[in-house]
Amino acid sequence: MTADTRSDLVLDVKGLSKIFHSRTGGAREALRDVSFSVERGSCLAVVGESGSGKTTAARIVAGLETASGGTVELNAPRPAGARHRGVQMVFQDPYGSLDPRQAIGSGLHELLKLHGMRRKADRTSRVTELLESVGLDERHAGQHPESLSGGQRQRVAIARALALEPALLILDEAVSALDVSVQAQVLNLLADIREQTAISYLFVSHDLGVVRQVSDTCIVLQDGRLVEAGRTADILDSPQQPYTQALIDAVPRPGWRPRRRTA
Amino acid sequence: MAVTWAAAGIATRRRFAAMGRPALIASAAAAGALALVAVIGPWIAPYDPNATDVLAAGQDPSAQHLLGTDSLGRDILSRALAGARLSFAGPAMIVLISTVLGTALAIFSAWHGGWIDRMANRLLNVMFAVPGVLVAVLSSAVFGAGFWAPVLALGVVYTPYMARVVRSMAIRERHQGYVESLQLAGMSSWRIGVRHLAPNVMPIVVAQATYGFGSALADFAAVSFIGLGIQPPQAEWGVMVSDGRSELLDGAPQQTLVAGTLIVVTVIAFNILGAQLSTRSGGRR
Repeated sequence: MTADTRSDLVLDVKGLSKIFHSRTGGAREALRDVSFSVERGSCLAVVGESGSGKTTAARIVAGLETASGGTVELNAPRPAGARHRGVQMVFQDPYGSLDPRQAIGSGLHELLKLHGMRRKADRTSRVTELLESVGLDERHAGQHPESLSGGQRQRVAIARALALEPALLILDEAVSALDVSVQAQVLNLLADIREQTAISYLFVSHDLGVVRQVSDTCIVLQDGRLVEAGRTADILDSPQQPYTQALIDAVPRPGWRPRRRTA
Repeated sequence: MAVTWAAAGIATRRRFAAMGRPALIASAAAAGALALVAVIGPWIAPYDPNATDVLAAGQDPSAQHLLGTDSLGRDILSRALAGARLSFAGPAMIVLISTVLGTALAIFSAWHGGWIDRMANRLLNVMFAVPGVLVAVLSSAVFGAGFWAPVLALGVVYTPYMARVVRSMAIRERHQGYVESLQLAGMSSWRIGVRHLAPNVMPIVVAQATYGFGSALADFAAVSFIGLGIQPPQAEWGVMVSDGRSELLDGAPQQTLVAGTLIVVTVIAFNILGAQLSTRSGGRR
C-alpha cells in the first residue's frame, strides 16, 4: 500500500464509484470514490457491514459489473492461451457455484481446454493435481456437485479458479457459508496456495477474525465510502475510525483473541 | 374444447400435481401406450382405414368390427388406430416448434436482461392474449387447410407458454455463481447458454412440453373438427368426431364416442404427466 512498492501492484483501483439506477427512476450510490490496491502476492481484505458496497467493488474488479466512474488497473500478465483477464472469483454460495449437471472432472477438463490445454493426457494429470491441491482426490472427479458437501464444493470452486492461473483471485465471502472447521481447512488451503504460487487475493468478508488470519492489508467500507485503510493488524488493533471500532465491537465473541497465522 | 381446456386453471394442475407417484406412473404408462399406438397404429389396424364397404355400413360393434363401422362402412377401430399417427404428429410438431422458439427466446432474454428482457416479456404478454384456435383458423384460411397451416400457427401461439416458464428458470440460473464464473473464465455466451444453461433448464422444458402436448392435441383436433386441418377421408381423431356427427343423430354414436374418448384420455394423461414432471423438476406451477 505504500508508494515505493507501487510498481508491483497487481491491482490498482482509483476513484471507483457505482450508481445503481432503479427502474422507477431512483438511484442508489453503492460506491463513492473508493481507491485501493493489491500488491503482488499479498492479500487485501475488504470489510464492512452488508450493503457497504464490498461485493459491488469485487464484482467491478472482476468485470461482472461496470463502474460508473474511476479506473481499475489490472497488472496481470495473461498466461499463454488464456481467454480471461487474469482475475477469477469464488462466490459466496457453495450451492450455486458449480453446474449441477456436470461432473467435477469434466468441468475441470472443460476449463483447461478453454485455457488452451489441448492434450487430454496433460489435462487429466492437471485435473488430478488441482484436486489434490485443494485436498480432494481423483475419486471426486467422477462425482456431481450434489454428492459433495458445501466445503468440498467450495474447494472445487477454488480448484476451478486456480485451473485458470489467475494473478488475482477474488474471494467474495467464500468461506462465510461454511461451518467453522471447514472454514479453517479452506483458509489454510488458501494460505498454502499463496505460499506456493505468486497469487494475490482480494478477500471480501464481514468476519474480522478470518480477515485477521488471512490478510496483510485491509480496507473498511461504510455506505460505499472508504473509511479506513492500512495494515490489517494495525486497523484491527488500533482502529482510527468509530465505524471500524463498532465493527470490531460487533464481533459476537467477546474476549476472543484470534492469533495471526504464522506463515 | 380447446378454449375451455386452456382455461381449466391452475387449481386443476395443483390437484394433478398432488396426486403423487402412482399418478406419475399411471399417466406415464398411458401417455407411452398412446404414443406407441401413434407410431405403430397404421400397421396394427385390422382393416384398411380408408376401405369403404357400403354393404357393412353403420354396423354396431361385432366380432368382425370390434367398434363397429361408420356410415361408409369403414372399420372404426382401424380408423382410430391409424388416425392416432396424424393426431399425434400435429401436436408433436407444434410442441417441437414452440419448444425450440420458446427456449431460445427465454434463454436469450434472460441472458441479456435489461431492456431486451423487458421487450421480450412485453411481446410474450401480447402473444398470451391471442387465442390459439383463432390464429390456427386464420392461418388455414390464408395458407389453405391441411397439416402445416394450423401446426405452424399453433407452434407460434404455444411459444409464450414455454418461454414464460423457461425464462423464470433461466433468470434464476443466470446469476448463479457457476454461470458468472464461466463468464470470468472467458467462455462465450453462446457456449454457456448451450452447454450449461440449456441443460439446467431442460427438466422444466420437458415438463412444459408435456403439458403443451395435451392442449396442442386438443387444439389441433379442434381445427380438424371444424374442417380446416386434416381433411377427410384421412383418418384423424378430430375428423372422426366430425364424421360421426350425422351418425350420432341416427343413434349410432360409436365413431364420435371412440375418437372423442381417445382425445380426452390423451389430454388427461399428458396433463397429469406434465404436472407430475413439473413438480419433480423444481419448477413453479
